[in-house]
Amino acid sequence: MYEHDVIVVGAGGAGLRAAIAAQEEGADVAIVSKLHPVRSHTGAAEGGINAALREGDSWEDHAYDTMKGSDYLGDAPAIETLCTDSPKEVIQLEHWGMAFSREEDGRVSQRPFGGLSFPRTTYAGAETGHQLLHTMYEQLVKRGITVYDEWYVSDLAVTDEERPEDRTCHGVVAYDIQSGELSGFRATEGVILATGGLGQVFDHTTNAVANTGDGVAMAYRAGVPIEDMEFIQFHPTSLPSTGVLISEGVRGEGGILYNDEGERFMFEYGYASNDGELASRDVVARAELSEVNEGRGIDDEYVHLDMRHLGEERIVDRLENILHLAKDFEGVDGLEEPMPVKPGQHYAMGGIETDENGETCVGGLYAAGECACASVHGSNRLGGNALPELIVFGKRAGAHAAGKDLGTAEIETGQRGEYELGEVDTPVQPGEIEPAGGEGDAVADGGVAAETSSGDGHDLVERAVTRERERVQSLMEKDDGVQHAEIRSDVQESMTQYVNVFREEEGLKQALEDIAEARERYQDVFVKDPSRTFNTDLIQTLETRNILDLAEAITLGALARDEFRGAHWRKEHQERKDDEWLKHTMLSWNDGTPELWYKPVILEGEDKKYEPKIRSY
Amino acid sequence: MSTHVPETETETDTEAETEVEHSEPLAPAQEERMRKKAEARADREERARQEAAERATGDDDTVHLKVFRFDPEVEGKQEPRFDDFHVPYEKGMTVLDALIYARDTFDSSLTFRHSCRQAICGSDALFINGRQRLGCKTQLSDLDQPVRVEPLPHAEVEKDLVVDMDHFYDQMEAVEPYFDADELPDGELDEQRQTRENREKVKMSTRCIWCGACMSSCNIAAGNNEYLGPAAINKAYRFAMDEREGTERKQHRLNILEQENGVWRCQTQFSCTEVCPKDIPLTEHIQELKREAVKSNLKFW
Ligand SMILES: Cc1cc2nc3c(=O)[nH]c(=O)nc-3n(C[C@H](O)[C@H](O)[C@H](O)COP(=O)(O)OP(=O)(O)OC[C@H]3O[C@@H](n4cnc5c(N)ncnc54)[C@H](O)[C@@H]3O)c2cc1C
Ligand code: SF4
Ligand code: FES
Repeated sequence: MYEHDVIVVGAGGAGLRAAIAAQEEGADVAIVSKLHPVRSHTGAAEGGINAALREGDSWEDHAYDTMKGSDYLGDAPAIETLCTDSPKEVIQLEHWGMAFSREEDGRVSQRPFGGLSFPRTTYAGAETGHQLLHTMYEQLVKRGITVYDEWYVSDLAVTDEERPEDRTCHGVVAYDIQSGELSGFRATEGVILATGGLGQVFDHTTNAVANTGDGVAMAYRAGVPIEDMEFIQFHPTSLPSTGVLISEGVRGEGGILYNDEGERFMFEYGYASNDGELASRDVVARAELSEVNEGRGIDDEYVHLDMRHLGEERIVDRLENILHLAKDFEGVDGLEEPMPVKPGQHYAMGGIETDENGETCVGGLYAAGECACASVHGSNRLGGNALPELIVFGKRAGAHAAGKDLGTAEIETGQRGEYELGEVDTPVQPGEIEPAGGEGDAVADGGVAAETSSGDGHDLVERAVTRERERVQSLMEKDDGVQHAEIRSDVQESMTQYVNVFREEEGLKQALEDIAEARERYQDVFVKDPSRTFNTDLIQTLETRNILDLAEAITLGALARDEFRGAHWRKEHQERKDDEWLKHTMLSWNDGTPELWYKPVILEGEDKKYEPKIRSY
Repeated sequence: MSTHVPETETETDTEAETEVEHSEPLAPAQEERMRKKAEARADREERARQEAAERATGDDDTVHLKVFRFDPEVEGKQEPRFDDFHVPYEKGMTVLDALIYARDTFDSSLTFRHSCRQAICGSDALFINGRQRLGCKTQLSDLDQPVRVEPLPHAEVEKDLVVDMDHFYDQMEAVEPYFDADELPDGELDEQRQTRENREKVKMSTRCIWCGACMSSCNIAAGNNEYLGPAAINKAYRFAMDEREGTERKQHRLNILEQENGVWRCQTQFSCTEVCPKDIPLTEHIQELKREAVKSNLKFW
């Protein structure tokens, strides 16, 4: 067993920042990550990082924009923390040498971004995330922080008191991908989850293959509530064969969207008669899919984004990286032909419930970055607001776990006092096939096994390792059954069909049925590769379990929320219902029988209340 | 272990015919597991074979891949070999897409690193048709068939297409690869100014994604494990040329680069520059550092 004061799971922007902060507070910290840090998907971010750095801008304006963008589902204390801390955290990156683009006077460059009242998106060319990730990894090397890379964290070691609020996390269980060794990692002061996005729940996404939402699923099963899972951002222009993102820049420069009949549908079919291609992400994404659904898509799948009329000179000058992306990943020459594009899953607004210090309701367990929900983005994230979230909340979580006093959080976590229970009419019973206590494959399923809270942290981690060893063994020992890839792709397809930018009651119910069926099949899942060396078959099989739990959580939330807010569109409910829905959708695993409940949004800021306004740009 | 094995023509499913044994003693559970799996395998692989055969014949729209296989633990794979996969072709398909298809459809034990699918995570540098390339950035339509996919040469193979990257990481970290300014502005909101020209100067060098393609292509690095290699030298260049760091620090960096296994080992063969998927002018950067080193030595004297 390995032992450290603080264990950080994940080495993207959030995890790296957390580790640095914990060490600065004097903790012995280690990172456990299934990818080497520089392989994390933070590296894929292009656009930039929002911070109010300049004269004429203020954190208050940034907060106002963010709240408005969230469609009034962000919590003011979290948003205000983000916006007040972001400037000094961005400059901290600059002090660490990050290669930002520069102005004539040598200061860092900022650009305008959708939904922002001031051009405060600080950037490093079209590779802001890459520069940010590498800069922080460099600082990690400088500080000699231990990294266990290519270790897959498969479970948390959490005590089993009745109420999650009384539980404590003592560490994690991880599997060394290279050697097949399963080991416990005990954390005497805290565990920080920074596992990133969950795009692999869908079959078409801008997210990496490794973004399987492991941290969210593990925390959920350990009892931590997950929040606002139904809010998924879809990006309207991703390449069909891979999901690689084509940035808004193309439309910003004058790129035009056409359907199969060569019609400029944004105008001709009145999706956005004023803004056309420049309408917001969700509007364009829905327009594209309507075209495809109505038979005017190309190959029944995508539409065309054409920039040829801009002329070679302008394209090469301003959109050169787009030419490379289209060529390398789609085999299309953007100077000669239009580029195929379609909506792709892009970002998960929801996640593990935390307060503004990154703490969950389980003692010693923290979350930061895309896997967490404080909530900053509410029902819709503004471009450029995820990267600052990584460094602001990563740092806070790291420092707090290492014992720094950050003051009492205003956001309450867990089911405390009175809370509103939710009800949703589902065609099948969601959750575990045989909830805890049952026999069956609960172990292979990674479900909660009987656990006592007696004994010290060390024993608890040991027992968690034993439980996990049994699970892995049973997956490896079976010699026939279903392979995870089949199950995974079926669920991904169902999610993309029914829980996409368009959500109808019937479709959502169908998705729940598909997921339940997939759960049945997962009971028979087996790992065919017998090797202990780099067994990606096993790793992916474990990940698929997480995808199932998260697909279900997203769909349950989507079905429960009968309104149209931010990224969540419901066919039967075309209005934002502030009287009823200024509240977060919460899901608790409840030992395998998920429980739906609600928590009011906090619109009271430091010294002002944010009044809900119509979200129009 | 060398990756250049004599080619043994095998189909995806030869594994089925071989009895599975182990050279090293394994845990009983593991052994039992292996045995059972070998038994069950034949049947399933027969199905896969039929599917593959159907695709291979009569369908022009398939791509023929020959993929290097090796697993130190699994017999039948302990002896390196090549497996053939016939994957249905779609426009825009990359080598990585084809590998994923082959793994998910024919053989889930086919192992390779990958994550971003967009040439930014640097996980999938492979030896494709005799050249270091990123699987995700290589269109099948640009390649002659059969497409030969091997692990990066000059690195220890762990399994199939996965190589040990530790040596590469060690070299990267040997050049003190972190920004270290002589002094910082006082205020926490004060920036260090940097001219556009200087930012432009280091720009290409900051694009490295740690894929290891350059190192694998370099003859010098292959013959001398101590040589820092092009990627690490480029990393050092990124800081040595950054005007925000100050002269003392730069001198220190040049000292590191001038050591026995630093810049002077490079024989300007340009192989690294040719394979770098991020188009970093590696050889030029190395040459420039040599000149800087000479210049600063003259000054020193
Ligand atoms: C194409 C693209 C462009 C974007 N552009 C922007 C932009 O311009 N501006 C902006 O603000 N945001 C942008 N975003 C969003 C932003 O980049 C992400 O939300 C953010 O980078 C996520 O960072 P993270 O640290 O939370 O996770 P990641 O960077 O994804 O890191 C997750 C880490 O967790 C580890 N991990 C996961 N599961 C496990 C496990 N089971 N065991 C061990 N380790 C595990 C992984 O190895 C990895 O190191 C973009 C996103 C995408 C996809
Ligand atoms: S310099 Fe180029 S080839 Fe070498 S590791 Fe970096 S990106 Fe890869
Ligand atoms: S998969 Fe990330 S570089 Fe190819």
